[in-house]
Amino acid sequence: MVFNEVIPNLGIALPEIVMAVGALALLMVGVFSTADKAYRLVTNLAAALLLLTAILLITQVGGERQVTFGGMFVSDGFAIFTKILVLIGSGISLLMAERFLKEHNVAKFEYPVLVVLATLGMMAMISANNFLSLYIGLELQSLALYVLASINRDRNRSTEAGLKYFVLGALSSGMLLFGISYIYGFAGSIEFDVLAETLASGEASVGVIVGLVFLIAALAFKISAVPFHMWTPDVYEGAPTPVTAFFASAPKVAALALFVRVMIGAFPDMLHEWQQVVIFISIASMFVGAFLALVQTNIKRLMAYSSIGHVGFALVGLAAGTQEGITALLIYVAIYLTMTLGAFGAILSMRRGDGMVESIHDLAGLSRTNLPMALAIATFMFSLAGIPLLAGFFGKWEVFKAAVNADLVPLAIIGVLTSVVGAFYYLRVIKIMFFDDPAPAFEGGAGRTVSLVIGVTAIVNSPVSFLLISPLTVAAAWAAGSLLY
Amino acid sequence: MDFPVEILPALAFYMFAAITVASGFLVIFAKNPVHSVLWLILAFFSAAGLFVLMGAEFLAMLLVIVYVGAVAVLFLFVVMMLDINFEELREGALDYIPIGALIGLILLAELVTLGSAWVVGEDITRNAAAPMPSVAEVHNTEAIGQILYTDYIYAFQGAGLVLLVAMIGAIVLTHRTRTGVRRQNISAQVSRRPEDAFELVNVKSGEGVSLTPGKKG
Repeated sequence: MVFNEVIPNLGIALPEIVMAVGALALLMVGVFSTADKAYRLVTNLAAALLLLTAILLITQVGGERQVTFGGMFVSDGFAIFTKILVLIGSGISLLMAERFLKEHNVAKFEYPVLVVLATLGMMAMISANNFLSLYIGLELQSLALYVLASINRDRNRSTEAGLKYFVLGALSSGMLLFGISYIYGFAGSIEFDVLAETLASGEASVGVIVGLVFLIAALAFKISAVPFHMWTPDVYEGAPTPVTAFFASAPKVAALALFVRVMIGAFPDMLHEWQQVVIFISIASMFVGAFLALVQTNIKRLMAYSSIGHVGFALVGLAAGTQEGITALLIYVAIYLTMTLGAFGAILSMRRGDGMVESIHDLAGLSRTNLPMALAIATFMFSLAGIPLLAGFFGKWEVFKAAVNADLVPLAIIGVLTSVVGAFYYLRVIKIMFFDDPAPAFEGGAGRTVSLVIGVTAIVNSPVSFLLISPLTVAAAWAAGSLLY
Repeated sequence: MDFPVEILPALAFYMFAAITVASGFLVIFAKNPVHSVLWLILAFFSAAGLFVLMGAEFLAMLLVIVYVGAVAVLFLFVVMMLDINFEELREGALDYIPIGALIGLILLAELVTLGSAWVVGEDITRNAAAPMPSVAEVHNTEAIGQILYTDYIYAFQGAGLVLLVAMIGAIVLTHRTRTGVRRQNISAQVSRRPEDAFELVNVKSGEGVSLTPGKKG
């Protein structure tokens, strides 16, 4: 039948199609509803759309690895797992944004629409099975993120953040395309499956390796790994806080998933070539994340360096290159998502009469003015530092275990040492909260959603995580297993 | 004497090719910029003729519609509307000859490399990601459609979404709703009645009137 040859199997990409059509519908709703109600209406509908997509993804759980659109799009356990994480990150950071955006007069209905389109780009990245679909997904995500970074266009720092992000992002896209063209020229294909087959002997020409290095450099930029991290602190500090919360959660998960997908999906037999590069950027990220965070006083910059360090830890799992390593990376990323969303919820609650405050010294004596909040922040900080019994510890434990089992003992040792250094600045925040003279109390009013997010993520990160870690491990192992078919 | 019909395509080719090259030269050498643009349009038309001869009628139509219909006409508008003294611009153009020649040489070298690669690697067209079917097999409009809307429909739609984001972004970052703008309110204008707008006052001599706007006496 000609018909079956022409029409690709759309069912596999149903969540993405629903998202794309939904985004267009949301745009129409926003345009045709009255200006003052548009933001709220579209935000709620966008959250519902993200939820619907997540449900559609869950119905695909347990299915086989399937490709469609002529092999450009792949759906497997790995894609479903990471897409659900991305949807959680996007949905929660979208719902947390409302109060902040209204107070800063940037509550435009385009905001949720751009978040939905960025999320769609992330899902396309995760499901990419071809360099063309990878690039399109990446650009869809990046372009929406550039706009979101400068959405508060009347503030210089916001526009500066957007411009910096845009210029450096364009540079990294250029490197990506350059690398891809080398790989295409020397390996003869842009399809991951074909590349994996062509390069199966493990002996690739220099051209492929040059292309691979450019590719990794561009992907390192997208996950803000050292030495391509320079944009991160400035963009995190300059962008409006809810946007920063979004940047630190969903795109990070998506970019890490994309990194894994490309390395494991297209270059599985070139492990020894890319492993060295991944080990290098992993160690460099852990070092920079730990040492440069020591001198930060702005909490958003602190979180930026913290996220650089965490990317380094997650890459330890990829450097291992085994199924255990990928499982560990997925567990790490899932836990990082809860920690970072909670921490940004807390940052969104740091408000005094004249607006938001962002210095860590504004947290002084918080235990005496607002004990529950201080306890929640302490949980996030302990968890980010990787103190045993909290969720963050499990993630670090898993990645280091995978590294040791893959004979990368020095990498694991460096990881442990840098996380000890990193613990210093997390503990400093806790010391400021519990032992310094109280600063004026924060005003409430960050909204019920924010409080709810802080509460839930604090509980998830607390020792309660013992209960959640085993289902998470099962899911992550299933996801990683589907990747290494 | 029978006219040899089979030489017609060759004749047409040489005619179109000669016109293309000649009008290309005239684009550069014409003194009047408006004439340059007109020669450019002629070059486009004859290039479209060459495409038709190659069996690529879709590209030919595209060239006429997009380049002649939009781009060249836009050039013409710009050239005619801007008051540029082209004689003044031309002064000192000779200083740029070395760098212009250098760029020209680089372009020529690239063209030669590409051409020789094409000649040396005969299977280059077969190795391409989307190999070109022969003209006899598939119509060229159909071939383009097949690549855009069947093989790469995912990338095509994705690119569409990227452009949509660019559009939304441009609007979000630049559009301002200005306050204090006096806009025409047609319904208010239409519903205005004479008795709201003016009144007749019988002024008694020596008393004057007190003017209270909007209020009837």
